[in-house]
Amino acid sequence: MQRDNTYFLIFHTIHDVLRVEKILKKQGFTFELVPVPRNLSSDCGSCIKLNDNIEDVKPYIQNIEIDKCVLFDGVNYKEASGRPWK
Amino acid sequence: MIYLDNAATSFPKPEETIEYVNTFIRSIGGNPGRSGHTLSIEAARTIFEAREKLTQFINGKDSERLIFTQNGTESLNLAILGLLQEKDHVITTSLEHNSVMRPLMFLKNEKGIEISVIHCTREGKLDIKQIKRSVKKNTKALVINHGSNVIGTTQPLGEIRQVINDIILIVDACQTIGAYPIDIEKDGIDILCFSCHKSLYGMQGLGAMYIRDGIELKPLKFGGTGSKSESIEHPDFLPDKYECGTPNTPGIASLLGGLAFIEKTGQKNIMQRKNELRTLIVQELSKFDNVILYGNHTGNTNVPVISLNIKNKLPSEVGYELNKKEIYVRVGLHCSPMAHKTIGTFPEGTVRISPGYFTKNEDICRFLEVMREIAKG
Ligand SMILES: Cc1ncc(COP(=O)(O)O)c(C=O)c1O
Repeated sequence: MQRDNTYFLIFHTIHDVLRVEKILKKQGFTFELVPVPRNLSSDCGSCIKLNDNIEDVKPYIQNIEIDKCVLFDGVNYKEASGRPWK
Repeated sequence: MIYLDNAATSFPKPEETIEYVNTFIRSIGGNPGRSGHTLSIEAARTIFEAREKLTQFINGKDSERLIFTQNGTESLNLAILGLLQEKDHVITTSLEHNSVMRPLMFLKNEKGIEISVIHCTREGKLDIKQIKRSVKKNTKALVINHGSNVIGTTQPLGEIRQVINDIILIVDACQTIGAYPIDIEKDGIDILCFSCHKSLYGMQGLGAMYIRDGIELKPLKFGGTGSKSESIEHPDFLPDKYECGTPNTPGIASLLGGLAFIEKTGQKNIMQRKNELRTLIVQELSKFDNVILYGNHTGNTNVPVISLNIKNKLPSEVGYELNKKEIYVRVGLHCSPMAHKTIGTFPEGTVRISPGYFTKNEDICRFLEVMREIAKG
């Protein structure tokens, strides 16, 4: 069985975070809006904590510019090399 | 009390406007997008929803290009000061509000931009051929009043778009938005500037603008956005590029209420009611011997703004008399000296009557009764 992976999706603006939230809600994905983990960014805003597979989500939000996509495997944070999209 | 000054700001506001502000101030109240806690996120959602709804309302493509400002004036300042540079030429009309003319004059004095003012007729009609003739190699923009705050005339944006090719069309829609259909795409608008406290039924202290894709403006303000906080450089992504500091979130909530009211009532019905009121006032006033009506109120493309004078009386005297009878209108120049020169009423100005959706027929009857007395005396 695959390990439980969590993704942190960080966007430039709260506007984009809320755009993504609206889309993910509509599609029924499992996620939460959480403060950006301090080790990932010094930013003071919110990001998406995704509990579903990033590959399933991607097609729906590909046109929204992402700042960082970070994989958390339960122990370590790993930033997707380069930008996963746009 | 009879309020006939809706062109300045709509009053009363719909219940929805009041309810939305009430709910926001009582139960949401956080600083949007700043803190990551539930109330902050809820406040950001209020703004997000308003941005999406308002973008849809004007048929904009992308809600991040809808920018909230303090008022129509700030939207126009950002458009004009943010776009025009030294040696640019700009075309405008003689019906403009000072929120267009003053930033233009500032740039003329400061940067030597060149301004061509197209003169409208006394009826507010614009010679579109003259716009075409005024276009030069360095013409960067046309700034145009969509609906006159002095005589109520609207301008045919679609036709104007056709004669100016790729020149940037900046539209002052303060008097038309909500009161007249606006479609960014169909009307070929590049930058749409407006207030949210008139026919959108939001609170005072809120304006907005839509900036078409591909147009970059120099921001007017720099500061905290809640984004990219590690950097001391202002962000260049939207909407944060043009919005910083704590926004008027209660005002934005009120706009959501206003939009809900428009949706519930139907923009068509609102327009029809206002048109009825306008027609009634014009019809009745034109029966008065000594009342001069300005502009052209035939047809149904005007917004409900009527300017008049009583012969041998100053507008200020008429306003004083009306106020004594608790009838509230606006007299004088309406921040538009050029428009008054155009209709021949500078520097005294006019008495401006602007009914709103909530104006009753009895209100108009009472107003006419008082006007009859004033005109006699
Ligand atoms: C035609 C026109 N332009 C600009 C403005 C300025 O709008 P605001 O008062 O929201 O700054 C107004 C209203 O006052 C107006 O009627």
